[in-house]
Amino acid sequence: MNVTIVDYNSGNISSVINSFKEVAADKVNIEVTSDLNKIKLSDKVVLPGQGSFKSCVDALNKINGLTDTLSEFAIDNKKPLLGICVGLQMFADIGYEEIETRGLGWISGKVSKIDNQNGKYKLPHIGWNQINIMKDSKIFRNIKNNSHMYFVHSYEFIPEDKKVISATTNYSSNIVCSVEKENIFGTQFHPEKSDKIGLKIIDNFINL
Amino acid sequence: MLKNRIIPCLDVKNGRVVKGINFVDLKDAGDPVEQAKIYSDGGADEICFLDITASNENRDIIYDVVEKTSKKCFVPLTVGGGIRNVEDINKLLNCGADKVSINTAAVENPKVVIDSSKKFGSQCIVVAIDAKKNGDKWEIFTHGGRNNSGINALEYAKKMEENGAGELLVTSMDRDGTQVGYDIDLMSKISSEVNIPVIASGGVGNLDHLVDGIKLGKASAVLAASIFHYGKYSVKQAKDYLDSKGIPVRI
Repeated sequence: MNVTIVDYNSGNISSVINSFKEVAADKVNIEVTSDLNKIKLSDKVVLPGQGSFKSCVDALNKINGLTDTLSEFAIDNKKPLLGICVGLQMFADIGYEEIETRGLGWISGKVSKIDNQNGKYKLPHIGWNQINIMKDSKIFRNIKNNSHMYFVHSYEFIPEDKKVISATTNYSSNIVCSVEKENIFGTQFHPEKSDKIGLKIIDNFINL
Repeated sequence: MLKNRIIPCLDVKNGRVVKGINFVDLKDAGDPVEQAKIYSDGGADEICFLDITASNENRDIIYDVVEKTSKKCFVPLTVGGGIRNVEDINKLLNCGADKVSINTAAVENPKVVIDSSKKFGSQCIVVAIDAKKNGDKWEIFTHGGRNNSGINALEYAKKMEENGAGELLVTSMDRDGTQVGYDIDLMSKISSEVNIPVIASGGVGNLDHLVDGIKLGKASAVLAASIFHYGKYSVKQAKDYLDSKGIPVRI
């Protein structure tokens, strides 16, 4: 099996690479590339993302044909794709970080700044928070409700259809921290930095 | 609920841990990779390396240390010490650091913080503030605490937030190494001044100091070196103690 981590200059992805390689060991081949053909031929795709919504969308669009290839992979061919952090946020129609920016539009909704209640809550939301599992998601196999995950973000994904939400976390309000829509998965938290429990989520995705 | 973080810090010099955990079963007590792994297995919420390598020719060793550690530890890794420019930050992140902590360079050239937070995102830019009390205010020190910049610490903290820092690592130079506790006044004033998380550092001698740093100092995270070195307390003991005092921690 081939799992491709999309390398599109979205910032620091070495931790994502290390964690997937750790879990995959010798059983699964982990590719790190933006090569369209390799993405098309892979069994699963991981879309990481760091920095701002706008910078990640811009970086995706800079590589000719990449968004089309990803859409073909996830929407037309319905192959498993995992978005992490801004990778998840880009599933939305629109994001409001820096400037209004169009997302991939795979899951209807928007990405807005977390309401910090007039400074009562610090932003970014950095650190370990518990997840409240809302529905049986395939990537949560053997993950206990209220498990701790590592978060770093100031913006949240607000999907229109609440049925896609697989987990929330509480920080100023209930923030969507995981989604599952058919073959499309996303986590706002960083499984690659969430210790053994995070590696288990990566393992679940690889073994889908 | 967001948990308060406990961050053990390892001083690394020429690729070796200077003050390490003194466990008998350690194969190599000076190996930062092995020590970081012990901390992360013990429940550390993040790991911090402070590179105190003085000579230029040995500076590159830290990249190798970071690369090896990031393949073994799956909690966030922050690296500080000797970072001069955006290229240094780029190299550390590429080696597997999740955040970098910038000290002297942020004082001397604010553009480093502005440019790097734009390029890599605020989430990986920690500005380290070494502050020392002078009369009724605190002033920023650079070069490992040797030079007084005369800059007001509170104003500087606010400025760094505006420039794009994602977190502030605040060390009291008066307390560092004394084991008498954090400078609570400094921590709480800076924490109230900014809307980004503050990591308290400098002066921890016992577990009550960690409690004070969070409860009174309003810090989001507490960093400590010596109490974890030599095995005086384990990270687990620290977390259990904080938990018993009603502080939310990841257990």
